[in-house]
Amino acid sequence: MAYVIILVFMAWCIYKYRYRADRRADYEPENHKLEWWLTGITTAGVVGLLTPGLLAWNDFVTVPKNALQFEVVGKQWEWNFRLPGKDGKLGTTSISLISDDNPFGINPKDPNGKDDVLIEGDDLHLPVGVPIKMNLRSLDVLHNFYVPQFRAKMDLVPGMVTFFWMEPTRTGTFDILCAELCGVGHHAMRGSVVVDDKTAFNKWLQEQETFAALYPKGAASKTQLTNKITEPQKFKTAFSYNETNNNKLVR
Amino acid sequence: MSNGTIEDTQVIPAAEVEEVDLYHAHSFITKWVFSQDAKVIAIQYSTTAIVIGLVGLVLSWLMRLQLGFPDTFSFISAESYYQYVTMHGMIMVVYLLTALFLGGFGNYLIPLMVGARDMVFPYLNMLSFWVYLLATLILAASFFVPGGATGAGWTLYPPQAISEGTPGINGGIILMLVSLALFIVGFTMGGLNYVVTVLQARTRGMTLMRLPLTVWGIFTATILALLAFPALLVAAIMMLFDKLLGTSFFMPEMIVQGEMTSSENGSPLLFQHLFWFFGHPEVYIVALPAFGVVSDIISTHARKNIFGYRMMVWAIVAIGGLSFIVWAHHMYVSGMNPYFGFFFATTTLIIAVPTALKLYNWTLTLYKGNIHLTIPMLFCIAFILTFLNGGITGLFLGNVIVDIPLSDTLFVVAHFHMVMGIAPVLVIFAAIYHWFPLMSGRYLNEFWGQVHFWVTFLGSYLVYFPMHYLGFVGVPRRYFEIGETSFVPESAVTLNEFITVMVLIVGAAQVIFIINIVMSIFKGKPSGENPWNATTLEWQGETTPPGHGNFGKELPICYRWAYEYSVPGVKADFIPQNLPPDKIK
Repeated sequence: MAYVIILVFMAWCIYKYRYRADRRADYEPENHKLEWWLTGITTAGVVGLLTPGLLAWNDFVTVPKNALQFEVVGKQWEWNFRLPGKDGKLGTTSISLISDDNPFGINPKDPNGKDDVLIEGDDLHLPVGVPIKMNLRSLDVLHNFYVPQFRAKMDLVPGMVTFFWMEPTRTGTFDILCAELCGVGHHAMRGSVVVDDKTAFNKWLQEQETFAALYPKGAASKTQLTNKITEPQKFKTAFSYNETNNNKLVR
Repeated sequence: MSNGTIEDTQVIPAAEVEEVDLYHAHSFITKWVFSQDAKVIAIQYSTTAIVIGLVGLVLSWLMRLQLGFPDTFSFISAESYYQYVTMHGMIMVVYLLTALFLGGFGNYLIPLMVGARDMVFPYLNMLSFWVYLLATLILAASFFVPGGATGAGWTLYPPQAISEGTPGINGGIILMLVSLALFIVGFTMGGLNYVVTVLQARTRGMTLMRLPLTVWGIFTATILALLAFPALLVAAIMMLFDKLLGTSFFMPEMIVQGEMTSSENGSPLLFQHLFWFFGHPEVYIVALPAFGVVSDIISTHARKNIFGYRMMVWAIVAIGGLSFIVWAHHMYVSGMNPYFGFFFATTTLIIAVPTALKLYNWTLTLYKGNIHLTIPMLFCIAFILTFLNGGITGLFLGNVIVDIPLSDTLFVVAHFHMVMGIAPVLVIFAAIYHWFPLMSGRYLNEFWGQVHFWVTFLGSYLVYFPMHYLGFVGVPRRYFEIGETSFVPESAVTLNEFITVMVLIVGAAQVIFIINIVMSIFKGKPSGENPWNATTLEWQGETTPPGHGNFGKELPICYRWAYEYSVPGVKADFIPQNLPPDKIK
């Protein structure tokens, strides 16, 4: 609106006050009243834009307590996923635990990890109508989990676990793209996410294999940890949902 | 308002400091090569910046050829594409725009406009240019080392900037970082010079509140740069250490292409904070000089004083200050603590207020003016439009929740090209058309100027409006090819072809501009002295172009502010800053 007013006003000025030899420009160095009015109106406009934005942002950064915990693991140039088992909890992980027997680096001593469902190089399925917290982890460089239709995205940063949450509102199959430059294969780092109704989702979930079933050697390993275990990043004041999350998946 | 009443002139003090004799050049080499004259250094800076800028322009063509017509050009691989993207960005932002506004216009205009004979440290000034030239040559050399230039994106984010899977992780990135460090060293020499000159070498009567806004813009931008570039310098040095000495400032534990790295516990986000602590003020390092130049040119060519001078000055200073507390709005989706979003969205939208005021004031300067639609004026009007567009999309992107879906899409690319690519470049053109008569005593060709203006202006809108749309649909940036993607409509492919064609046309118009400059130096219409009837001191010297030492035997005395146009009761429609009150008719 302000945009149109300024444009029209400027166009009018340029036409109306174009050069004529017989006319002189006005002389008006300052006009305090006008300047303060403009400052006031602009400030009000900015406040009007900002307030709803910040309110919506508050919703975005506040993960619902009942959100499912899913994990996205990015590496050059593919997407892998991990879903919690019956306990609804993801096992802890560490980069230093990664081996052929344990490609996700799941801590074998953590009982929460044994029943984690691993999806390697296949489509991710999500249940419709349920809030989901996507925990994001990268094994190498920066990536960004980007599904345009979700209208939410976040970087995957090596060395930490980032996250965002969302609630799929309709079923369908969507493209996953990488939105943070990650090397020459950046544009080809694709995947698919399928949003199912709950029945179809549960059926799909039951067909998937757990960490203990896929990698019995890795899950039984007694590897001594040399490095810290990464946990989802916590912001103590508001982000206490990790401890209180009791959501169970039906299997 | 210091607008030159008789009382004001009574208090102009006698010169406090005796004039210092300048270094006199004796040979061709000391006069034109290793010159200590700020005006020659300015032309050296500008020429180097424009030459490397043309390299950046060609890189953008190559990039667009790939995007518009994928699978057509066998010489563009994913590696080379990402190298073009990276080098285009870095060249345009740092080596062209920063160098041209501060090193070019700063050097030429500051001493002339404040009424000084030269910069206060001419030798340092000369050194500044040569270090800049060296930095530019090293940057250009990185194309030719094994592995080629770096392809990490102009933001050079680690870990990928120095990890397998990215082009140019050996020689390319090292030369880039060394070149940046040298650029900063060279800039610091020049920057200190500009600040000290503005503060210490103004002529008698030239109070701070009588400075033309061009000087205010360049002065504030230089202070920003002196405070912001060190963040980039340490980031560059730390990354060099990570690369060469195996430190882990920015490198966490990783498994890159199946190999466990030796790094641990570094923070990639730390680099992003350092980079944007420089990167955001950098936007204003480019924008503030542009703001200043536009104010002066509009005022001169509309024959009307700039509206709200004092507010314009304070807006420049306020924008400069605020620009240091908005940096993380570039990092809303970086994985930083999401609570930062509240703070940075608020500061970002606050900065819109002084920026909008400047826009109003330019428009109100046109109101009731007597507008000469000269080429510089056309470019300035185009700038206001473009900056308005870029500012509006900036309000979207700054508002954190709206940024989340748009971030890393072509919408962002279109936004920042409008606001800090096209807009400042339009001002550069305005400035060159405006001050070319001062530098050479000749006008640039009017007809080719018109062609250049309309093709550049309309062409860049035809490039960036479709690009906003593509980004809005969700097309991500920095994609070698978009490939099969269900959410991208068929029409996007055609649009990409259209954008590429427009880019080539706009690029060709710049060739016309360069030819126009070269031809006009020799054959341009003579302009005489002060062809635009401007008030500022650079036009009031004894000769055009001004000689070494800028002014004649006596330095001018400044009696009034720089915007005394169409003063009621005065016959001429302008009163130069140095015209004694008793000579006004």
